[in-house]
Amino acid sequence: MNSALLQQILQVGNEDAQMHALFADSFAALGRLDNVTLVMVFHPQYLESFLKTQHYLLQMDGPLPLHYRHYIGIMAAARHQCSYLVNLHVNDFLHVGGDPKWLNGLENAPQKLQNLGELNKILAHRPWLLTKEHIEQLLKTEEHSWSLAELIHAVVLLTHYHSLASFTFGCGISPEIHCDGGHTFRPPSVSNYCICDIANGNHGTDEMQISPTGSISTAESLCEVEVLMEKMKQLQECRDEEEASQEEMATRFEREKRESMFVYFSEEEELAPTRDVSRHFEDTSYGYKDFSRHGMHVPTFRVQDYSWEDHGYSLVNRLYPDVGQLLDEKFHIAYNLTYHTMAMHKDVDTSTLRRAIWNYIHCMFGIRYDDYDYGEINQLLDRSFKVYIKTVVCTPEKTTKRMYDSFWRQFKQSEKVHVNLLLIEARMQAELLYALRAITRYMT
Amino acid sequence: MEKMARVTTALGGNTITGRTMFCHLDAPANAISVCRDAAQVVVAGRNIFKIYAIEEEQFVEKLNLRVGRKPSLNFSCADVVWHQMDENLLATAATNGVVVTWNLGKPSRNKQDQLFTEHKRTVNKVCFHPTEVYMLLSGSQDGYMKCFDLRKKDSVSTFSGQSESVRDVQFSIRDYFTFAATFENGNVQLWDIRRPDRYERMFTAHNGPVFCCDWHPEDRGWLATGGRDKMVKVWDMNTNRAKEIYCVQTIASVARVKWRPECKHHIATCSMMVDHNIYVWDVRRPFIPSAMFEEHKDVTTGIVWRHLHDPYFLLSGSKDSTLYQHIFKDASQPIDRANPEGLCYSLYGDLAFAAKESLISSDSNRKPYIGDRRHPIFFKRKLDPTEQFEYISSSSALSVFETDVESGSMDWFVRTAKQYVLAGRPLAELCDHNAAVAKELDRNQVAQTWTMLRIIYSSPGTVSSANLNHSMGKGSASLPLMNSFNMKDIQSGMGSESRLDRSKGESRPENILMDSSSTLINNDDNEETEGSDVPADYLLGDVEGDEDELYMMDHENPHAEEQEYILPQEAFPLRHEIVDNPSALDHLQEKADSPHVSGNEAETVSLTPVESFSLISISHSLYENRLPPDFFSPIVRDMLLFYAEQGDVQMAVSVLIVLGDRIRKEIDEQTQEHWYTSYIDLLQRFQLWNISNEVIKLSTCRAINCLNQASTTLHINCTNCKRPMSNKGWICDRCRQCASMCAVCHHVVKGLFVWCQGCSHGGHLQHIMKWLESSSHCPAGCGHLCEYT
Repeated sequence: MNSALLQQILQVGNEDAQMHALFADSFAALGRLDNVTLVMVFHPQYLESFLKTQHYLLQMDGPLPLHYRHYIGIMAAARHQCSYLVNLHVNDFLHVGGDPKWLNGLENAPQKLQNLGELNKILAHRPWLLTKEHIEQLLKTEEHSWSLAELIHAVVLLTHYHSLASFTFGCGISPEIHCDGGHTFRPPSVSNYCICDIANGNHGTDEMQISPTGSISTAESLCEVEVLMEKMKQLQECRDEEEASQEEMATRFEREKRESMFVYFSEEEELAPTRDVSRHFEDTSYGYKDFSRHGMHVPTFRVQDYSWEDHGYSLVNRLYPDVGQLLDEKFHIAYNLTYHTMAMHKDVDTSTLRRAIWNYIHCMFGIRYDDYDYGEINQLLDRSFKVYIKTVVCTPEKTTKRMYDSFWRQFKQSEKVHVNLLLIEARMQAELLYALRAITRYMT
Repeated sequence: MEKMARVTTALGGNTITGRTMFCHLDAPANAISVCRDAAQVVVAGRNIFKIYAIEEEQFVEKLNLRVGRKPSLNFSCADVVWHQMDENLLATAATNGVVVTWNLGKPSRNKQDQLFTEHKRTVNKVCFHPTEVYMLLSGSQDGYMKCFDLRKKDSVSTFSGQSESVRDVQFSIRDYFTFAATFENGNVQLWDIRRPDRYERMFTAHNGPVFCCDWHPEDRGWLATGGRDKMVKVWDMNTNRAKEIYCVQTIASVARVKWRPECKHHIATCSMMVDHNIYVWDVRRPFIPSAMFEEHKDVTTGIVWRHLHDPYFLLSGSKDSTLYQHIFKDASQPIDRANPEGLCYSLYGDLAFAAKESLISSDSNRKPYIGDRRHPIFFKRKLDPTEQFEYISSSSALSVFETDVESGSMDWFVRTAKQYVLAGRPLAELCDHNAAVAKELDRNQVAQTWTMLRIIYSSPGTVSSANLNHSMGKGSASLPLMNSFNMKDIQSGMGSESRLDRSKGESRPENILMDSSSTLINNDDNEETEGSDVPADYLLGDVEGDEDELYMMDHENPHAEEQEYILPQEAFPLRHEIVDNPSALDHLQEKADSPHVSGNEAETVSLTPVESFSLISISHSLYENRLPPDFFSPIVRDMLLFYAEQGDVQMAVSVLIVLGDRIRKEIDEQTQEHWYTSYIDLLQRFQLWNISNEVIKLSTCRAINCLNQASTTLHINCTNCKRPMSNKGWICDRCRQCASMCAVCHHVVKGLFVWCQGCSHGGHLQHIMKWLESSSHCPAGCGHLCEYT
């Protein structure tokens, strides 16, 4: 885990009573306090909703048997080579009585789960390619078919774990102590430090500044924040002065979408996949990267025609009662979460910034809001930030600590975690929208 | 055409005629609106904006408003509305947040009139003032409502809902200044157009977004709202607090609601997801739509009544790219297909059952028995003709079945459940035991069934003659039941009799027994078929009463008794019953109400031993029985079905468990599951938790077996602060102490924990048991006199 992050967590952790309650809840429900929880606790309001949803998905009544749920979690996390989540769920999977043989690879799992592999792949990397034929394939009546309710459960689990993998890499969460890699210094993701170091009390070495490179250009990055705030203010106040033409708006969206394809980190840090992870997915070559290189066209999905609030919610709630409500709350909290602060400034209206981030992510998935001017994104999100967003959302396994450090240098760690929450919820909603739309089309 | 003529007069010269028809649009529609004269309709969507003329036989495209080479987002409409005063004036809400007005009177091809780009987000709804020509209202995703004066360039006033996105805005039809707005967070606000600073009133109408609302065209206080929570609610706004007066539960989130003209209680709805039909509800009958239009293949996005004063024509647009005109008489009416029935138990165990009269009277056997408490009392309610249930011409009959205390007592059920042994011993012993239990409770037919099962399935060596004998005696007691009805059964009885006589003539004792047992089973079989023939009154009147009535009958009819004890000697009881039958039937009907006789059982028992010799001799012959047990499977299966049908699911399940694999495959899985769940439900109602668990454990159905693993949560109170423990750990989150401490040894209890429900104190099972040997007070010293059961 990021050392600086951890420092702050430990600081915060001493004071907050609500946090304690959340920790206790989480501990009671899971029998452990995982590092994801420890990081998310910066935002207790969100964490509560997150834990509730996760608990419901994994442990409460639902169409899928318990070991299936964990196995699907493993499948999803493995798509992004997220060893942290995989290990966590391997343990859970065995704990609820899953067959250890399945862990030797997807081909050892029941045919039914194997059939889900394709959906997993598409959802993780190119959800817009999902069609009703895929759904049909899974649902058609034969021995290993899925029921609609099961499918919805699986889809929610898949998207949940895809985005959670993003969070894991985005915040550089390290393995649990009791898991593989938990005791070593081997960097499994971004991390240079293991939580166990700190937990064991040897954090004397950990005297790093909040932003390691910050000292070089404190002044410069200081004004980074100011500039950003200025821009936000401008956008909020004088938006009707220079109204762009409709064509211009459409082009802006297309441009943003296209550009998002090419936003890429320059260096190719090939991280060797952890040995026990790769076996879960058969087709490593299938990734977001491939098509973007070839400049593949992402079709536009109009959110006004299929939105979570109007359509997705109803469908989920119909087939998997209560989950629609839980997800709805979670999206809502993530989208509206604000403390009215930015770095060192107070009483800031961050809604434009949050909306820009949210819409930028949806834009990468080809989801368009008719009522949004995509020019705003360019003004508010600088390149390093875009690189970070793009990497975390699309290829989380490529995230590096440098990326994490290099965007928004003056911002607090908690704000960076906040960004990550936006990222994962927006990603989850985008994937869900595509999946649910395909299911709706199948049903009509 | 008669109807059409009526319509014509009603509208004072403005003729509306037509038929159910549709036309294909090029693209999915988002909203539709009609012109005042009901002759034109405008359809708007993301890629369509057209006006169609509604003609007699078809829709004719009149105008395409989507002009220009590269249509901008301003044409991408979320909503459209046609002014009801000025037929040249239209307004649309664009998905990019622009409100556009259109003037059809413009000579140019582009009819676009004015453009208001004030909203920051998608505009969900636009609405013209019903009487004011220039006033337009819009509600947007950004949470603002704006009122425009079409003579000015900008909005006149802005209303901030201070909550979330606005989903619908509607001017009140009668109140000049009032409009209603609905919000994504479930609120509805009422505004005065003159006061943009604050809403007049706000209330929470739905759980989740309120997608739509509609003012009642006549009753000015009524507002209907529809939400994502699948409800349509009607609010009376005349009072200080908005009062919910009607609520209709639909099957999917409600996208639009529209009051039906000229029908005070009718409202049309369509849904946003999953369900493609349009329903017209009578809000007073919220459970079944009064009419249904099923034409669309994808979700309906817009509905509108064609004319303000005509209730028979409904237009609708849909995502499936069609525009429909629905005629009311072509609507399907679910009420026709429904069999309205109501069933309710009263506090005292009386059962009221109401059904459509036609359903009940079609059953000619069924006659009201007035004055007989066990039989239904019929009430008939003719509907008040002044009430306007135009499509529901129903009169229903209400039957009330009173239960008298004794037959309603389920004591036998509880005792049977407790005493039955279902597993853990050889089959024969189980059967014997259960037969004895049943007999003790005067349930002779059941006892006999058990004995027969033993004979059929267990190895011959274990047959005990006494039991057999005994069961035969009882068997005869149960026979009047089966004979009490119609000739068919008697004839079948005769058939078996002659067969029996013949075999007796051949003097092959084993056959005799064989036959006799199969005859007995046949009897069961017959009873089962009777079960369905029995007049339903009787069956419903006292499901459990068979035995009682048998006794009653026997008592009234001493000579039947006499014959009974002769019967076992012949191993065939039927003959005399036949002779006796008519009188028995009379008694059943006349004396059904008479008190039960308790001494009867003793008499029967005392009589049977006399005959036991013959039976013993016969029972020996059973050894030679070479027929495989599954020869009887169909019969046993029918027998189980019969019991279940009769309401004695206990018997069905018990036999199922005891026989296990011998019979399981004969009965389909679903039926079994059904029986198990009913039985378990019953057991749990009687709080026989242990037994229900045992049944769950013993069941072979997978669905039942896993019941044991569900809801194993236990809610407990903290021993310190006596508050409920919300946490799942050992620590109480209020007083931050270990909650489950043993009051005796003061260690945390892990494992078996017993505690007093009065004071929440407790501890290790052994410790507490030891403690209570010496003291009756709580070991924690709280002074409570603990009770552990």
